[in-house]
Amino acid sequence: MPVIHDAPSTTYANESGGLVLHADVLVIGGGPAATWAALSAARSGAKVVLADKGYCGTSGATAPSNTGAWYLPAGAARDAEVNKRLEKSAGLADRRWIIRTMEEALRGLDELGGDGYPFPFDEDGRPYRANLRGPDYMHHQRRRVKRAGVTILDHHPALELLWADGVVAGAAGVELRSGERWQVRAGAVVIAAGGCTFLSRALGCDGNTGDSYLLAAEAGARLSGMEFSAQYGLSAEHATVTKGLTFTFASFYLEDGSPLPSEGGDRSTRIARAMIAGHKVYALMNKGEAHEHDWLVRGQPNCFLPFERIGIDPFKERFPVTLRSEGTVRGTGGLDVVSDDCASNVPGLYVAGDAASREKLVGAISGGGSPNASWAIASGVWSGRGAAQFAARQAGALGDRLHTRDVRALGGAGIRPNKQPASINFTRELIAAVQDETLPLDVNFFRTGERIALSRAQLDGIWAAARDHLGGSGRELVRAREAASMAATARLIWASAAARDESRGLHRRVDRDGSDPAQTQHIHSRGVDDLHVTNAPTPHTARDLPEEALIS
Amino acid sequence: MIELVSADRCIECNLCVKTCPRDVFDAVPDSIPVIARKEDCQTCFMCELYCPVDALFVAPHADLDVKVDEEHLSESELLGSYVRNMGWRKGKAGGTDKDPTRLLRIRNANAG
Repeated sequence: MPVIHDAPSTTYANESGGLVLHADVLVIGGGPAATWAALSAARSGAKVVLADKGYCGTSGATAPSNTGAWYLPAGAARDAEVNKRLEKSAGLADRRWIIRTMEEALRGLDELGGDGYPFPFDEDGRPYRANLRGPDYMHHQRRRVKRAGVTILDHHPALELLWADGVVAGAAGVELRSGERWQVRAGAVVIAAGGCTFLSRALGCDGNTGDSYLLAAEAGARLSGMEFSAQYGLSAEHATVTKGLTFTFASFYLEDGSPLPSEGGDRSTRIARAMIAGHKVYALMNKGEAHEHDWLVRGQPNCFLPFERIGIDPFKERFPVTLRSEGTVRGTGGLDVVSDDCASNVPGLYVAGDAASREKLVGAISGGGSPNASWAIASGVWSGRGAAQFAARQAGALGDRLHTRDVRALGGAGIRPNKQPASINFTRELIAAVQDETLPLDVNFFRTGERIALSRAQLDGIWAAARDHLGGSGRELVRAREAASMAATARLIWASAAARDESRGLHRRVDRDGSDPAQTQHIHSRGVDDLHVTNAPTPHTARDLPEEALIS
Repeated sequence: MIELVSADRCIECNLCVKTCPRDVFDAVPDSIPVIARKEDCQTCFMCELYCPVDALFVAPHADLDVKVDEEHLSESELLGSYVRNMGWRKGKAGGTDKDPTRLLRIRNANAG
């Protein structure tokens, strides 16, 4: 069994009552993947509750952004994209999964268009469905989810999973405004609460505090590829907008006006190296034609908000840039998907979107843009259906006992401290300590064996303190749990990174030249206090392996 | 971060309170909402889109407090500029059908 924590005297643990809802499927999260999962589960006949930490429609990495998506019917263009993805994946992607994701995303985008989403038309009068404008897309998805009869709980962060007789049986949390406890008893749960960017202020990502991972890890879930978490997005200094398209027409310079070196890796790598060396890096959008600039200005209004409001003309004036961590949101690691319907290795627990590993699609490199957007649709559809079917089997076996069975809450760190909970200042200090081991370019963008070992040691200390003292009530409880989730995420990242003794994709070891063919395999991780890391062969044969002793 | 709830413009609909993904605002009975947890603002500009009367202003600086002058923002038409550029109206989505981003994506794909 997972560790069941005795409850010392904290407000949350002692609280009873509050809102109790019964559902077939509970979806945790409120971004694209969560909405597709909720729609799919509802369509499969399930009674669905969607609980989001923020507001379903504005929360998550997609809502404030604008993203491409794979809209590729079978044919030469699709074949070319599949092959390009496989080549770039450093041996870790899977052709079958790329193709089935493309097919499902195409169905989803057509459905969206058929359901009134106003895709623009191309010159030939055909709708162009390979781009989604975030605010409009999520506004539309919320309406569809409500129309499907799903109960939406906004500002209801889930803090822990519920467990009954060897299966996940729902989740519990607090309502932010009242501080009151809520729980949803469910026949199955979809986790779609995103990845983790460690509060880096990358656009729309501050709600992505690794909640998915800790919730699931406490139930025994396995993760994969957490070492592929060193993705950084470029933004104007002080601004949050990390959209790559912004820099389509940019040239880059150092503070003395000399060009950024053109040798030595991709753009991010060269900028990161210059920044670590103490340079300030500047951009100037001096490439392209005026009419192309106009597409960017009109198509990406929020790219230009920062410039308009600071009073810079980015086409005429140089402006300083910075790199913001996109962690596992546009990195690749996450919960391991073990079946075609996006089940995790834990019975009753399904995974969608950035919460899941996207190695099957992009291998060791970033999933940002079309892969992640398409995966959100596809994994949402599959996980919602899978969860609905699991819940139906549970209901068939248990009947009314499904709603009256005893459940146990699995949450530990941040919720039920071993000792007296400390103040919110302790939570803030602990978050800063986790950020010191995850955000700096010279710690995470470029890695060494020695620095990884140091981060692991630091985080072991941070974790022990988190276990002892993180806690609270109301909003402070939510912050404490977020701090615990970030600490748990960082530990999984560095434990996985330590097991990859080479450079591969986003895992850039400056003390290891290139990749080792013998390490063309996945790194799996699990655990909360004691972490277990194992290698798994590729392509994705993990589902054929004997199930790990996930509940010991 | 969010710097302004305009008392002149705000109609106390509390849509910002409802839609902020980071729960930065608090509703106040018989008054305009307050910015209660500014440090949690993630500078995503979503509140501006959902505000039906252009009463909010998010400064682009994610980590700095910035003093803003409402009169200047209003005169220079920066209040509501994001809403107008997007083509939303009174908190309702609009303008996606005219988004030329596809031309950029096609250009970049052709550029390799």
